[in-house]
Amino acid sequence: MLIYIERRLSLALITCIAISILTFIIIRLPPGDFVDAYIANLASTGSTVTAEQAQAMRHEYGLDRPVYVQYVLWITRVIHGDFGVSMMWRRPVTEVIGDRLWLTMVVSFAALFLTWTIALPIGIYSAVRQYSIGDYVATMLGFIGLAIPNFLLALILMYFGFRYLGLSVGGLFSAEFAQAPWSMAKLWDLTKHVPLPACVLALAGSAQLIRIMRANLLDELRKPYVITARAKGIPEYRVILKYPVRAALNPFASSIAYVFPYLVSGSIIVSLVLGLPTVGPLLLQALVAQDMFLAGTIVLLLGVMTVVGTLISDMLLMWIEPRLRLTGRS
Amino acid sequence: MSGTLADDSLASAGQLRLTWLRFRRHKLAFVSLFIVALFYLVAIFADFLAINDPHAVDARRGYLPPQAVRLFDGGGFNPHVNGMTGKRDLKTFRQVYVPDPNKKLPVTLFAHGYPYELFGLFETDRHLLGLTAPEQLDGIYLLGTDALGRDLFSRVMVATRISLSIGLASVSLSLILGILLGGISGLYGGLVDLFLQRVIEVIRSIPTIPLWMGIAAALPNSWSVVQVYFAITLIISLVGWTELARVVRGRFLTLREEDFVIAAELVGASQLRIMLRHMLPSFTSHVIAATSLALPAMIISETSLSFLGLGLRPPAISWGILLQDAQNVQVLAGAPWLLLAAVPVVTVILAFNFLGDGLRDAADPYG
Repeated sequence: MLIYIERRLSLALITCIAISILTFIIIRLPPGDFVDAYIANLASTGSTVTAEQAQAMRHEYGLDRPVYVQYVLWITRVIHGDFGVSMMWRRPVTEVIGDRLWLTMVVSFAALFLTWTIALPIGIYSAVRQYSIGDYVATMLGFIGLAIPNFLLALILMYFGFRYLGLSVGGLFSAEFAQAPWSMAKLWDLTKHVPLPACVLALAGSAQLIRIMRANLLDELRKPYVITARAKGIPEYRVILKYPVRAALNPFASSIAYVFPYLVSGSIIVSLVLGLPTVGPLLLQALVAQDMFLAGTIVLLLGVMTVVGTLISDMLLMWIEPRLRLTGRS
Repeated sequence: MSGTLADDSLASAGQLRLTWLRFRRHKLAFVSLFIVALFYLVAIFADFLAINDPHAVDARRGYLPPQAVRLFDGGGFNPHVNGMTGKRDLKTFRQVYVPDPNKKLPVTLFAHGYPYELFGLFETDRHLLGLTAPEQLDGIYLLGTDALGRDLFSRVMVATRISLSIGLASVSLSLILGILLGGISGLYGGLVDLFLQRVIEVIRSIPTIPLWMGIAAALPNSWSVVQVYFAITLIISLVGWTELARVVRGRFLTLREEDFVIAAELVGASQLRIMLRHMLPSFTSHVIAATSLALPAMIISETSLSFLGLGLRPPAISWGILLQDAQNVQVLAGAPWLLLAAVPVVTVILAFNFLGDGLRDAADPYG
């Protein structure tokens, strides 16, 4: 078991390092460096910077050193919680991001939870009642979920909400809570708003999981031990839930590691359509304005968040799958 | 008697024929094959199918609702559309254009329209549908127009070309990367395999859209449409190759143990010959299936990026760019037909998914 945890943890660490390098590349991709952008920004407000001052700033930020030194300098500051200054907002990046990262997490985890709760029962039903009308409906829904990109689904929902219900679907808070400090009432307001974006995000993921669950359970149901259990007179629901479902759950749980990054990814674009106060819209603004420290920080934090989510799902998998706990093999 | 005859011919049928027979049994996949083919035909003949110049801007015909082609008129066959007539909206005092039932514009096949180059070779101005004698504002707007008065139907036709070809280009690039790296991984095993597997795991655990956005946003504004097109292709495939590599590696690992590969080794066949002559034919079908399952993801990626305004840029026309116009609910409430650009996206993604499913089932016809 320890070997397994160790392997997962080291992989998570490697992934984080890879993400940080990618982020660094993204920050440096636009032509010119931070100081150029800063000077251009100052020039737009009327102040000027002399060549010596620029040189001093470059030295201060280590921009005159080799690339790998710059990376090390940057990552050291990041580890100490200093993500740099947002050019667009003229405030520290952490301040600009604020609650948005947590809200992104809330939406993504809600979507993950919903994906499970949708996919599990429908998957079981589809397999147990194979070729029934319900199975066909589930399969059909699954394919539709697969085929409609989630931003399109969000658009369609918004249109119908607006047109036929007169609702402005979207946002995570009602107008009176949007700027208010955190309180129980605000939390409750959030709880009411989360299900819709979570549903939009969960549909595609659960479509995939339903198919996997159905296929796995069908394989298990054909095995002799199921017949044995039935022959012994165990009630049908217990026969199914106690043995084959548990056995079929394993690959189901491991696929969650791949669903989570997908959900985080989707939340960015769905947030833009639905106007959610997550990091999604901020990332787009930052990228369009070439506010690279803000954009880079968001990419980095999202990446790390995904790694943490994946790690959690790995631990869950270990809890479900005794073979992993005992032998340490995946 | 005929049964045994069929059995005999089945017993001696080649792999290609067996695969085809198995594929035919999957009806949805079979239908999807035709739908996909149809889409690619549209892509090839996009300009011919387009009715109006997809780039032609005229604010006076902005947000025209979809128009139907009426086939009959007063009992006789007389295909026509109703012309538009200008009217002043007495509430907003804006000039609006509404269909005029008394103004009938005859429609004909193979009409003259805007000039274009078929296959980039022949200059022509023939289009499948058109008006016999169009005047300034006249036109057929099957799916309505956008804010700038551009014909949505023609734009969807032309967008098909870019959206489908970018999918195909990205998948080809991913395929090359996937076969190369997956092959190396499966063939050599050991440390190389371990390293490549970790790389794949790392790539798969990074959320793709933020990553793509970050890279795509760095493309210089001065780049031409073609340069951006290739850059986006590259960005999409850099992330998309992992699944294909996984499939190729898996096939290599199982095939390496097969008797016929060991036999070939014992006979003294070279490494290259074993790979190309013995192993490759037995997993091409799997690779084709994986490819057609990867294509819809590529198409969605391009659509998402362009939808965000970070992918292709106007004047390029792709499905994502068309959907960008539909981003705003207020706009959608007034012009819901803009959402129709989503129909081809959903259709082609579904078709590719079914096709891939059928191909995957057919890939191993002996099972």
